[in-house]
Amino acid sequence: MQVPEYDLIIIGSGPAGMAAAVTSRGQGLKVLVLDEQPTAGGQIYRNIEHLELHRNPEFKKLGRDYSEASGLVKRFKNCGADYLSGMTVWQIEKELVVRVVHNSPGQDKKSPLSFKAKKILIAVGAMERPMPIPGWTLPGVMACTAVDVLYKSAGIVPKGTVVLAGAGPLLLLIATRLLDAGVKISALLNTNPQNALLKALPHLPSALRTPEYLVKGAGMLLKLRTSGVPIHFGIRSIEAQGKENLNRVRFVSSKGTQTVDADLLLLHQGVVPNVQITRLLGCEHQWYESQRYWEPVLDEWGNTSVPGIAVAGDCGRVSGSKVSELSGHIAALETARALGALSESKRDEQASSIRAELKKQQASRPFLDTLFEPQKSWIVPEDEATMVCRCEEVDVGEIRNTVRLGAHSPDRVKAMIRSGMGFCQGRMCALTLSEIIADELKISPADVGYLRVRSPIKPVTLGQLVSSE
Amino acid sequence: MFKKLPQNGEKVSIDFEGKRLETVTGQTVAAALLGSGEMLFRESAVTGQPRSVYCMMGVCFECLLEIDGKPNQQSCMILVQEGMKIRRQQRPIMENHASA
Repeated sequence: MQVPEYDLIIIGSGPAGMAAAVTSRGQGLKVLVLDEQPTAGGQIYRNIEHLELHRNPEFKKLGRDYSEASGLVKRFKNCGADYLSGMTVWQIEKELVVRVVHNSPGQDKKSPLSFKAKKILIAVGAMERPMPIPGWTLPGVMACTAVDVLYKSAGIVPKGTVVLAGAGPLLLLIATRLLDAGVKISALLNTNPQNALLKALPHLPSALRTPEYLVKGAGMLLKLRTSGVPIHFGIRSIEAQGKENLNRVRFVSSKGTQTVDADLLLLHQGVVPNVQITRLLGCEHQWYESQRYWEPVLDEWGNTSVPGIAVAGDCGRVSGSKVSELSGHIAALETARALGALSESKRDEQASSIRAELKKQQASRPFLDTLFEPQKSWIVPEDEATMVCRCEEVDVGEIRNTVRLGAHSPDRVKAMIRSGMGFCQGRMCALTLSEIIADELKISPADVGYLRVRSPIKPVTLGQLVSSE
Repeated sequence: MFKKLPQNGEKVSIDFEGKRLETVTGQTVAAALLGSGEMLFRESAVTGQPRSVYCMMGVCFECLLEIDGKPNQQSCMILVQEGMKIRRQQRPIMENHASA
């Protein structure tokens, strides 16, 4: 089968990917957008078209951001870019050939599975930071955003009693959405340190440039306070308990040890860039100390260190949907310039108003990033029996022992005890692994490095490998 | 654990471990199972622990199921189709495995 060629291939159809598609099509580029999810909108605006059409009262309740995003989805759908959903990228070659598989079995023979581009824009967004606690592999313990996806994509909500644990704006947002949906929250375990606000205060004046974020946050806090949800502070440890399913959550706070019944425990420690593809491509990454994650090194146009590869949105630095959208427009203008569709001065001219808005939207970030700085105690679990690599079932103690035996890098630990070698290919443990090695060696994760990401970045069968050629 | 709000979409029935479950088009297999009250998705590969959905967005690979005879399918990324036959993902049989 012939390999279709494009000027620009965009991976991801969240706010950044959609915006980039609209702008690059506006400059006359031939564009393909690939997304592994079934519908456009990314995780933040998951299933937005269906919500607006068929669940309109709920759509309206989701707020003004959604009606604005709905406009973006419509512009994206009408922009003339080719759009393929439900397809997962498993490899990108240096010659800018992108290889994909269908998520649904049995569809791989129907359409091309390789595409060639002059430029590639990675807009794959963020993922939740893993929060390893004892018992977190039990059915009933989930990432906080999973319930949001279930609500938006399927109209499915928790039944029974729910406990939320962690810190970050998304935890508050999802707690208030659950209350709106009539879900009973039996406890909210706030792991944010009590002096966090004090530490973040110097960044408050800048944050006031976009007061809507702060107003939204204060509104959520007020709603939680008045709803009667028991909020616990000074949390030192959390354990999920049960045999076949989660039954109870035991936690230690400044008031001592308590146990609460729970059908669902939702964990959240903020979100981190999804770096699987930028790592695969060998893009240079840097350690962002405040939020304790790696991010690709980008210039002001979103270009990475690898020629032809740019990044937009939360897979660069986590900054939210508005910033993602704006960064998508900017990366697209630069792509058009690089391909000769737009002069440098025209690019700069068109980018200048977007940059002004970008600066404004980024103003609250230092405040939020400092207010919700991830705490080491929730990243490097104290209990050595806590599972770190969920796929290969490797715990903290085993990793520490392996480091003591002389394995001082994630790859060497992986080679010895398989952490990061399972189905998720390190997505769920790589950050924790680097943090534990760093803690054991008393150095920074920046000096430990990250697991080497290798192709295929999603498991493919031999049959799929053969049919991609 | 989970319940369905009023659903819209064309009715679809799927088979999970010999049970007939009713759902609607546009849902992922993972969502359809959770909405029907199913929590146990698979056994972990090494020690056979019970596992279920964790992230719902294609990252964690905890929702792996056997779908229409194919093992290791990410059920949070696959949409339901009429008559789909779905089974829990069993732990692979590994002879001489130390922790077996």
